Amino acid sequence: MNLGRIAALSLAALLSGTSLTLAQTLTIATVNNSDMIIMQRLAPRFEQATGIKLNWVVLEENVLRQRVTTDIATKGGQFDIVTIGAYETPIWGKQGWLTPVDDLGDDYDYGDLFEPVKNGLSHQGKLYAVPFYAESSFTFYRKDLFEKAGLQMPDRPTYAQVAEFAQKLHDPNNGVYGICLRGKPGWGENAAYVTTVVNTFGGRWFDMEWKPQLTSGPWKEAVNFYVDTLRKYGPPGAAANGHNENRALFASGNCGMWVDATSAAGYIFNPKESKVAEKTAFTNAPVAKVPNGAGWAWSWALGIPTSTKNSEAAKKFVEWATNKEYVKLVGETEGWVSAPPGTRKSTYANPDYKKAAPFADFVLQAILAADPAKPTAEPVPYTGVQFVAIPEFQAIGTQVGQNIAAALAGQTTVDQALQTSQSAVERTMRQAGYPK
Amino acid sequence: MTNATAGRRPSPLAYGLMTVLGWTAALVMFFPIFWMLLSAFKREIDAIAVPPLLVFEPTLENFAAVQGRANYFGAAWNSIVISVGSTILGTLLALPAAYAMAFYPGPRTKDLLLWMLSTKMMPAVGVLVPLYLLFKNTGLLDTRTGLVIITTLANLPIIVWMLYSFFKEVPGEIIEASRMDGAKPFQQFALVLMPLALPGIASTALLSIILAWNEAFWTINLTAANAGPLTAFIASFSSPEGLFWAKLSAASTLAVAPILVFGWMTQRQLVRGLTFGAVK
Amino acid sequence: MNAPLSPAASVAAASATALAFRRKPLVRTGALLAPAVAVLLLWMIVPLAMTLWFSVQRYNLLDPSISGFAGFDNYEFLLTDPVLPTVVLNTIKLLGGVLLASVVFGTLLAVLLDQDFFGRGIARLLVIAPFFVMPTVSALVWKNLLMHPVNGFFAWVATSLGFRSIDWFTDLPMAAIVTIVSWQWIPFATLILLTALQSLDREQIEAARMDGARGFTLLRFIILPHLARPISVVVMIETIFLLAVFAEILITTGGGPGQATTTLTYLIYLRALLEWDVGGASAGAVLAIVLANVVAFFLVRTVARNLDR
Repeated sequence: MNLGRIAALSLAALLSGTSLTLAQTLTIATVNNSDMIIMQRLAPRFEQATGIKLNWVVLEENVLRQRVTTDIATKGGQFDIVTIGAYETPIWGKQGWLTPVDDLGDDYDYGDLFEPVKNGLSHQGKLYAVPFYAESSFTFYRKDLFEKAGLQMPDRPTYAQVAEFAQKLHDPNNGVYGICLRGKPGWGENAAYVTTVVNTFGGRWFDMEWKPQLTSGPWKEAVNFYVDTLRKYGPPGAAANGHNENRALFASGNCGMWVDATSAAGYIFNPKESKVAEKTAFTNAPVAKVPNGAGWAWSWALGIPTSTKNSEAAKKFVEWATNKEYVKLVGETEGWVSAPPGTRKSTYANPDYKKAAPFADFVLQAILAADPAKPTAEPVPYTGVQFVAIPEFQAIGTQVGQNIAAALAGQTTVDQALQTSQSAVERTMRQAGYPK
Repeated sequence: MTNATAGRRPSPLAYGLMTVLGWTAALVMFFPIFWMLLSAFKREIDAIAVPPLLVFEPTLENFAAVQGRANYFGAAWNSIVISVGSTILGTLLALPAAYAMAFYPGPRTKDLLLWMLSTKMMPAVGVLVPLYLLFKNTGLLDTRTGLVIITTLANLPIIVWMLYSFFKEVPGEIIEASRMDGAKPFQQFALVLMPLALPGIASTALLSIILAWNEAFWTINLTAANAGPLTAFIASFSSPEGLFWAKLSAASTLAVAPILVFGWMTQRQLVRGLTFGAVK
Repeated sequence: MNAPLSPAASVAAASATALAFRRKPLVRTGALLAPAVAVLLLWMIVPLAMTLWFSVQRYNLLDPSISGFAGFDNYEFLLTDPVLPTVVLNTIKLLGGVLLASVVFGTLLAVLLDQDFFGRGIARLLVIAPFFVMPTVSALVWKNLLMHPVNGFFAWVATSLGFRSIDWFTDLPMAAIVTIVSWQWIPFATLILLTALQSLDREQIEAARMDGARGFTLLRFIILPHLARPISVVVMIETIFLLAVFAEILITTGGGPGQATTTLTYLIYLRALLEWDVGGASAGAVLAIVLANVVAFFLVRTVARNLDR
C-alpha cells in the first residue's frame, strides 16, 4: 500500500516533470491594448510561480487578427494562446479550431462571469475563450458645456434628444463640434457604430432566411439620422475619423458628445492623456425606438488553438490571467481604475474599483444590456450586436461602411448608398452559399 | 581631384542660391519625419495638441515605455540579418545573370527581364495562404532563414533589373578592349566591369537593404516570437484603440535610426564610388 | 593582371558602336543566368500555379464546408462586380499620380542635389530619408499629425493664415493618398536619378556650357536624354511596388468614402484577409497580374523605347 503510493507519487512526479519540460515555453499572441500590456508586465509572476516561460507576440489589432487567422486556419501551430475577439471566437469554435475552456477548475468561478459576455464567446453552449476584458458603448459628454448651455443629460437619452443637444452645443468657430461619431469605413469602425443605431431604430442585418435588410425602413431611418446629425453637428473630416481620431478630438476638447467604447473612459479620465478629464461625464448609449442592441458588446478573450501541443500549460496561463486574483493583482499593483473591466461581477462589487472608476455603473448597465444572443428587436439567425458572427462579415461590413461614408461625405444619397450596399451584400451572400 | 568636382567652381551667388534651394527642398521632404521625431519626445496629450506645440518639455518616457515592452535589440538584429543576408544572397545570384543579359543579350533577353519583373507583380496578399502552408511544411515559419529566402526572392527581380541597367551604362568597348588583351570572362567581370559598375552595385545593394528593411508583409505574417524584425516591432505600437502617437513616434524613430545612420555612412561611400563611375 | 585600361582610351572608344560586340554570343550565358532564373522560376511557378488552382476552387479559409471545383465562378463574381470599373480606374489614378509626381520631383531634386552646395551630403540624406519610413507609420503620421482637418499641422497652418482647412480625406481622398505615397517614393526616384546623373559625363556638360547651353536647354537636351533609361527603371520598379499599396489606404480612408480610394489591391485585400475567400482572392490576384503586365508592357514600351537601343 505504502510502496504503491510512493510508486504512484513518483510516477506522477515523473509525469508532471516530463510534462513540465515539454511545456516549458508558451507563445502568446496578443493585441497591444493597454490591458494586455499590463498583463505582459505582470506575467513574470506567473513564470516564477509555474516555471513556464512565456514568449510574447504583440501586434496591433488588424495585423494580429490577420496573423492569428492565417495560423489557426492552416493549423500552423505557431501560437499556444491567442487573443481573439467576440467576433471570431464563435466562428472558430464552430470549426473546432479552439479548445473548449470550461474546465479551468472550481476556483475559477464561471458563475462570476457576466452572462452576455460568456454568450458572446460560446458556440452551442460551449465556452471557447475566456474573457479578458469586455466593453460596450455609451455616451461621453462634456458636463461643463452642458451646464453652460443650460442642458440636462438624461440617464437614457433618446437619439432625438442627442440631436437637439448636438445642435445647441455645436460651436465650430470655437472648435467645439456638437457630436463626434465614427465615420471611417471599416467593419470595426463606422459599421460597428451604425449597426447599433440601426438596432435601436428596430432594424437588423438579415432576416431569418439570411436575406439582407439594408433597404428596409429602419436602416433608411437610422442611416439618414446618422448622416444628417453628423453632417450638421459633427467635426470636419468625419468620414475619415475612426475610434482613435475621435478619441483624440474628444480628449483635446473638440467634441460636445461622443458615443463610443466604454473602455475609452479610463483614458478620458486620465489627465495625462486628456484635457477634459475633469469635465467629462457619462450616460447610457442613446436609444431610438427599441432598447435592443443600442450599445454594442465586445470582448477580448484568451483562446487556446487545438493545434498547440501545450494545451495543459496554456490552460494554466489563461486561468491565471482571467481569474479573480488577477483582477485584484492589477487593482493593487496598477491602480484599480486599470483593472480589466466588464468581465466579472466581483469586480463591480468591489468598493475599491467603484471608487476609482466612477463610470463603473454605466459600464455595467451597458454590458448587461448588450446581449449578443438577442441583439435585435426582431429575430435574427446570427449572434453579435454590432457585427454578424459569420466569416463573410468583415468584408460585408467594410463595404457597407464605405458606402455609408460616401453618403456622409456627400457623394451619394443615403438611399443610393443603401441600395448599392444591399446588392453588394446580396452578391456576397449568394457567392458564399447562403442560406445554409 | 575627381571628375565630379572637376568642373569650374560655381560663383558664390550660385553657390548660395543652390544652398538655399537645396536645403529648402530637403527640409520640406524631411518635415514629416522631423515632426515624428519631435513627437517622440512629447507626452501623448501634447502630441495631439492644437495648435501644435513647438516648445515643450521633452520627455524620454516614450522610449522607456517602448523598451519596457518589446525587445528592440532582438528585433533590430533580426532586421540586420534579414536585410543584409538577403542582399548578399540576392546580389550573388543577380550579378552573373545581369552580366550575361547586359553583355551577351540573346533574342529572348528582354522578355526574360520583363518576366522576372512580372514575378514581383503577384499581389502578396493573394498568395499568403499558399505560402504559409509551404513554410509550415518546410519548417521555415518564424525562422530567419525563411525570411532571408523570401526577402531574397522578393527583391531579386529588382536587383537583376537595376544591375542590368547599370551594366548597360558601361561601354561595351571597355570589356572588348580587355578581351583583346586576353582577359577571360571572369577576369573581365571581376577586374574590368566590377570597378566600373561599383557605384551601381553599391546603390543597388543599398536599395535592396532598404527594401528588405521596410518589407512589412511577409516579415510580419511569417514570424512569431523568434524571427520578428523591426517591422513586427513597429506593428506592436500602432493601434486602432488609444492614443499612441508619441509611443509610435518613439518606436519608429528607433526603427528608422539604424538604417538612417547606415544610409549616411554609405552616402559617402556612394559618392566616392560614383566618381569612379564617371569614367565613361 | 590582364586589364590594362586607361580612362582616356575608353573615352576615345566611346563613340564606336557597341552593338556589334554585344550581339556576339561569345560565352555561354546559360550557366550565368541559370541560378537566378531557376530560383525565380520556382518562386514564380509554385505560387502562380497555386493561385491559378485556387482561383477555380471554392475555398474559404474560415469555412471548410465550402469546397469543390468552382469553374469560372470566382472570375465571374469578380468581373461582374459593379465596382470593378471604378476600382481599376482608381488603381490607374494612384499609379499615374505617384509615377508622375516621383518622376517630375525626383528629376528636379536629383538635379538640385547634384549641384555643389553647403551641406549637400546631409541635405541628400534628408531627402532620401522618407524612403526609410515604413508605410504604416508614414500613413499614420500624415493622416493624424499633418492632414487631420481639426488637429493636424496643415489645418493649423491654414487657419493661422486665415484660410479654411482642407478636409483631405473627405474632399480629396485620392489626392491625399497620392501625396502620401508620392512622399514615400520620390526619394527612390531621386536616389536612382542622382546616381545616374553622377555618371553623366562632366566634360560633356562643360562642353555644352561652353557652347552657351544654360539652365533649361541644358536640362532638356543633355540631362533628360541621359536620364531616359534611369527614369524607365524608376517607372518600372515603382509600378511594381505601387500596385501593391494597401496599408496607406487601409489606415487613412479604409477605401472610401464610397469607392473613391478602393484600388484593385485593396479589393483583393478585402477578399483575402478580411473575408478569407482564398478562391475569390486568387481570381483577383490573377486579374491583378494580368493588369500589371499590361500596364508594365505599355509603360515600358512607351516610356522606355530606349531600352531597345
